[in-house]
Amino acid sequence: MNAIQVVNVSRVYQKYSSRHRFQTFKSALVKGDLIKCIRADELVTALDGVSFDVEKGRTLGLIGENGSGKSTMLKIVAGITKPTSGWVATNGKVSALIELGAGFHPEITGRENVFINGIMLGLSKKEITAKFDEIVRFAELEEFIDAPVKTYSSGMYMRLGFSVAINVNPEILLIDEVLAVGDASFIPKCLDRIDDFRRRKKTILFVSHDLATVEKICDRVVWLKNGRVTAVGEPKRIVDAYLQDVTMKQEKAFEKKSEGTASVESGGEERRENRWGRREIEIRTVTLRSLQGQPKHVFSPDEGMIIEMDVAAPSPASDFVFGVGIFNSQGVSCYGTNTHLEDLEPVRLTGEGRVEFRIGKLNLINGTYYLDVAVHRRDGYPYDYHQNLYSFLVSSPLKDVGVARPPHEWTFSRNIKIGVPDKKQS
Amino acid sequence: MSIVANLKCVWNYRVLVQNLVGRELKARYRGTVLGFFWAFFNPFLLMTVYTVVFGFIIQPHDPAFQGSPWLYALFLFCGVLPWTWFSSTMLESANVLMINGNLIKKILFPAEILPLVTVTSNLVNFLFGLPILLAFFPLLGKPFTPYMLFLPVVILVQFVFSLGLGLLISSLTVHFRDIKDILANFLTFWFFATPIVYPLSFGTISKSGVLRTFLNLNPMTHIIGGYQSCLFYGELIHWKKLGLTFLLGLLLFWAGYTVFDRLRDSFPEEV
Repeated sequence: MNAIQVVNVSRVYQKYSSRHRFQTFKSALVKGDLIKCIRADELVTALDGVSFDVEKGRTLGLIGENGSGKSTMLKIVAGITKPTSGWVATNGKVSALIELGAGFHPEITGRENVFINGIMLGLSKKEITAKFDEIVRFAELEEFIDAPVKTYSSGMYMRLGFSVAINVNPEILLIDEVLAVGDASFIPKCLDRIDDFRRRKKTILFVSHDLATVEKICDRVVWLKNGRVTAVGEPKRIVDAYLQDVTMKQEKAFEKKSEGTASVESGGEERRENRWGRREIEIRTVTLRSLQGQPKHVFSPDEGMIIEMDVAAPSPASDFVFGVGIFNSQGVSCYGTNTHLEDLEPVRLTGEGRVEFRIGKLNLINGTYYLDVAVHRRDGYPYDYHQNLYSFLVSSPLKDVGVARPPHEWTFSRNIKIGVPDKKQS
Repeated sequence: MSIVANLKCVWNYRVLVQNLVGRELKARYRGTVLGFFWAFFNPFLLMTVYTVVFGFIIQPHDPAFQGSPWLYALFLFCGVLPWTWFSSTMLESANVLMINGNLIKKILFPAEILPLVTVTSNLVNFLFGLPILLAFFPLLGKPFTPYMLFLPVVILVQFVFSLGLGLLISSLTVHFRDIKDILANFLTFWFFATPIVYPLSFGTISKSGVLRTFLNLNPMTHIIGGYQSCLFYGELIHWKKLGLTFLLGLLLFWAGYTVFDRLRDSFPEEV
């Protein structure tokens, strides 16, 4: 049996031109187009023929970029927004966690807000009284429940909101990215509650950007892109396909960005704050490539990278060191080396040449990295120093932490039983 | 009819309405030193100003006041108190959907509850002011009359009329924000176009047919007149006039609710 059935749902939003936006009631009356100007002249399609269904007791994940229509979809299932065409059928009491603590009034106490919020979400006064202590305990707000909500921190606010919403005890739970704001101890508690829901065979529709959680808790995943269903199916497969798509997009964005800086790099005498040196030896261009030689900016941690520098020396030089440094977004040096440190003796450099720094396997964690490249004398006198001028992205489905990822593997003795996930493809 | 179905749905939310009205009243006076006392104090201060200006400085001559500024003040209070209910309801209605935009966007519940809460919470405020008004009657030697029992009828008429107008204003303001400003000015005009600071029996009015017709076309004339009849004059309310006003109120309620219902789907995107 289906708990949620979405059939061919489209939602068109009206976009008003500025002329209409500032139209006044008076001018509408004067022109006599009062009704007409309530209609819009431009349409934005948020959802376009979306169909899917969720079996009772199952958890469906909705993923997609910002603006792909996930939240609109959730609001339509919740009944807050009406579809322009198509229809949605739900079977059972629906509770939507779209924004936690929506409707809390800042001036009145947490206690009073729990009652009003609970009633709004469909509980009776008696039910709230019965569950009140549990709600407060779950939110860890025993001491503050009689203080006005305006004195709460945003974390306290969110915890109380979540606690009320989760205690509505619906048949169908809609969750929209609400776990993103909790602290490290509260999120696992929430996830526990969600797991509890799943065990009790409740239906969940889960919208999130946290792909690891989506993979973990969902039975099926729908990928929305520009308001259309791009793929439906087994979580791992869809999440991977989605990640690949995102990587491609990032790559394009990076290319655009580096096109912007390229002109600066080659800009002759121009001095930039993060480039210095007299350029007796000049680094003309720096290109990041995959090991196969394609220019690239988004890498997987398992991939290799080639840093390619085109250098030129107007007059012959015999004292030169090439150096490379990789920094993460916090400015922490992840790795740095130069030819001098590695005992490569400079002999002679004339005219134009090319230097390749080849990394077999990046072994870095998720994040943006910045690159320093330099050519200088052995005593440190810089010829041409580029600081933070180049960047690349490492994108990985794993959420390990640290500065780098040493190659590693886990082994367990026989008496330790541990589930091994399917090898991630990246 | 869809309005009936809608009303049934609202009835199911009566506990919410009750709680929201409570919240509204609590929130309004929370943090003030005098707290709920303001509900009494506000109309009292307003009346003092009017008494000084109109009673002692302008001194209207009308047989009903017997030349006493204090009786005139009482007459004023009978009109100003319900008018305050009406005008603050209207001003708040214009804002109520926008202020609670977060609710409309995030939680599924019938939005007409919001204007309903506005009218009701202001009604409660009005009811808080009534004892003050009634306390002045024995002080000024005015007798309590059995006609005061008609007060709930007048209140009902005003409630329906305000709710109808509130629904209309709140839903239209979502699309035309300037209604709010128009309304603030229009209410000042409306206040003086209603016999509140002057009685309908005033000489200049009874002489001019145009003025009389104009005042009679104003539904608030009959509602405020209703309060003045059963409280100040101690006479039977004008059944016909008030009845017609009630019908007009029902019509307005129907129209307001229809417009509200038509625009309902646009609220989540527009507020």
